Amino acid sequence: MSKPITVWDLPRDELLAPGHRMCQGCGAAIAFRHILKAAGKDTIVVMPTCCGEITSTVYPDNAWRVPWIHVAFENAAAVASGIRAGIEVLKRKGVIPKDRQINVVAIGGDGGTFDIGLQALSGTLERGDDVLYICYDNEAYMNTGIQRSGSTPMGAWTTTTPVGKIWRGEWRPKKRKDLVAIAIAHNVPYAATANPAFPLDLYAKVKKALSIRGPKLIHVLSPCVPGWRIEPDKSVAVGKLAVLTGMWINYEYENGVYRVTTPVPKRKPVREYLRLQGRFRHLSEEEIKKIQQLVDAEVERINKLIGKEVIGPVEG
Amino acid sequence: MSALPGWRQLPIGAVNLVPGSSVSYKTGEWRTLRPEIDQEKCIRCRTCWMYCPEGSIIEVDEPYKTKAGREYKVTYKIDYDHCKGCGICANECPVKAISMVEEVI
Amino acid sequence: MGKVVPLGGNYAVAYAVKACDVDVMTAYPISPQTTIVERLSEFVANGELDAEFLHVESEHTALSVAIGAAAVGARAYSATCSQGLALMNELLYIMSAMRLPMVLTIVNRALSAPINIWNDHSDFMSVQDAGWVMMMSASNQEAYDEVIIGYRIAEDPRVLLPVITSMDGYIQSHVVEPVEVESDEDVLSFAPKRRTWYVLDPDKPVAMGSVGDPNYYYEFKRQQWEAMKEARQVFDEVVVDFAKKFGRRYSAIETYMLDDAEVAIVGMGSFMGTIKAYVDRARKEGIKVGALRVKLYRPFPADDVAKALSNVKLVGVMDRALVPGSPTGGHLHSDVIAAIKQRGLDVRTIGFIAGLGGRLLTMDNVKQMVSALIKYKDARELPKEPIFIGVRE
Repeated sequence: MSKPITVWDLPRDELLAPGHRMCQGCGAAIAFRHILKAAGKDTIVVMPTCCGEITSTVYPDNAWRVPWIHVAFENAAAVASGIRAGIEVLKRKGVIPKDRQINVVAIGGDGGTFDIGLQALSGTLERGDDVLYICYDNEAYMNTGIQRSGSTPMGAWTTTTPVGKIWRGEWRPKKRKDLVAIAIAHNVPYAATANPAFPLDLYAKVKKALSIRGPKLIHVLSPCVPGWRIEPDKSVAVGKLAVLTGMWINYEYENGVYRVTTPVPKRKPVREYLRLQGRFRHLSEEEIKKIQQLVDAEVERINKLIGKEVIGPVEG
Repeated sequence: MSALPGWRQLPIGAVNLVPGSSVSYKTGEWRTLRPEIDQEKCIRCRTCWMYCPEGSIIEVDEPYKTKAGREYKVTYKIDYDHCKGCGICANECPVKAISMVEEVI
Repeated sequence: MGKVVPLGGNYAVAYAVKACDVDVMTAYPISPQTTIVERLSEFVANGELDAEFLHVESEHTALSVAIGAAAVGARAYSATCSQGLALMNELLYIMSAMRLPMVLTIVNRALSAPINIWNDHSDFMSVQDAGWVMMMSASNQEAYDEVIIGYRIAEDPRVLLPVITSMDGYIQSHVVEPVEVESDEDVLSFAPKRRTWYVLDPDKPVAMGSVGDPNYYYEFKRQQWEAMKEARQVFDEVVVDFAKKFGRRYSAIETYMLDDAEVAIVGMGSFMGTIKAYVDRARKEGIKVGALRVKLYRPFPADDVAKALSNVKLVGVMDRALVPGSPTGGHLHSDVIAAIKQRGLDVRTIGFIAGLGGRLLTMDNVKQMVSALIKYKDARELPKEPIFIGVRE
């Protein structure tokens, strides 16, 4: 294994310019910075319609210092495939120099990935196109004002899963669909989860993914200040707690082998993560217990995949 | 406000030819709290720089010597034109060298 | 000189695409388009064409891939029809507004429901507002030539718009006609690859697909109007060049026996062959009838249409797509009226709907149209609704 990345390995160059209009304390903005630091300037970024798209390219403002394209909501993966195909054939025909390395990275939200963009993503993954797809997952349609998505976790308040006499926030009584497992089911060489509260881990994963030919997917948790009802200075803290409670597990999958990249020997109770966020404020102890059970089951599943206990029990 | 360009002056297809042109949009105006770095306390660990969503913590090759005699090669400064005042830097600073103070206009 | 080969329209188009050295092609199977992409797959499979052929999971992705490919400067191609075109719809608007060139062939087919794989123009007409240059052929030779002409127009720096070429499903796509197939060298010298547009390049980063807020959106739309105006001019230049190079002359409209015509039928596509044949017959009977075929549909050749019809007393416009609830019932009829009235001409029109969902047009059907034209040519009142030709009452 190569030596671990330290904070001093992060390049100083900022390929995401300031002046973008992402919210105060936006977790996705932190993720974008480090994705670009890892990918470098020889990268074409594709974005579906999402928070990061509308806030970074309000004409004539452009926060991207790499070539960037947005086409529609449900097709970032497909556009990325077209870009890769174009580059490959133009290299063969001598229009683009043969030795020119160009990364093609699609970065989309959970709506554009879990829901409306899943079909195009499946196409890109099954064809084996040499594209890195990154989903920054803020767990709802934040761009349109916090509506429930296929990624919204159980119990979370959104504007379309409000808390009323009958509804108690997101109603899905089980784990949401597993994006990484969906990617792996397409026989991709690399898939991972990451989290902007752990930028070095994210940076290393983007670097690794881009060193592998073929389709890769990284699922990035993206704490959202207005959508999660958190204080703007707490998005990193919440991201860290997600990992420390086992609500989110940083792991990677490479050619059949799973590895947890942020082991947690002793977990904190999920209550600590939930209580920091207004979207979970209404949850009863009973409901929190159900979420704890879901997390315990997921931790057990991941530990089984790894073959040992890398995520420990909840500390007593 | 200067007059906006007419359709003949604009590149076709809304293609933006200026990478990073968003710097002219001063998001610093959003700020209600202002981070201030205590250069004496700062241990140059790069944490604030790493976590800033704006890239508004600027790392410069400017040596700094603390009163206690500790020498650093870099200094962290804040790009107040763009810092939105979220306070992540202050919250994450391991030595509490950043404080959030009220903006006074 | 090209080589005359018996070809169905779809295969003819595939040969043209190959000769244009298309870089990226992508398509999702849909009848009656499939044999275009089957033949293109063979070209790639046996090394006759060096292109990336993407097997996509939908037409939506087909056009998305083409947009991505065009955005890095590749020459892109796709083909579809009917529901496939409907699924592409949002991206049609986006691609033209992003000013990315490509050629897309529509093998005209009816839109569901009821599901129907046969020919009419409801798919083609449904995308008339999407900002693409649109042509409709009437022979397999023309379908072949449109692809080559299409790339020249699409990539002209004055235009930079995507182009739709089309032919009638089955009637052209699967019927063999002699087609003069030109050499790849000749075709490429006529439509050279010039990469005249903005592309995504790390050495010169640009952002494509920005948000256009109320301060900017309108200006970009205004540019698209101008690009279409340029396209009208460029079309005329390109067809003249094409005639010089290959000897086949096209124009935005094709007129037939119009000079002294009192009545005329305006239409598009392969049915115009039947109409011309009937015009010959009617002329022998002393009926002063003519015909006009619109080849270039967007930008609409309004000047040419109005001028050609300026001395006709009554024009019957045949639409092969029905717009329920619209004033005329047909897109083409509305366009023809607009072209005439905007130029202050005193030419009256009636509308025909014909050939929906693969209903054939017989000589009797055309006779019915001509009879209606003669009946109404001096009438004070004209029908306010389209006359439905060939439908059972």
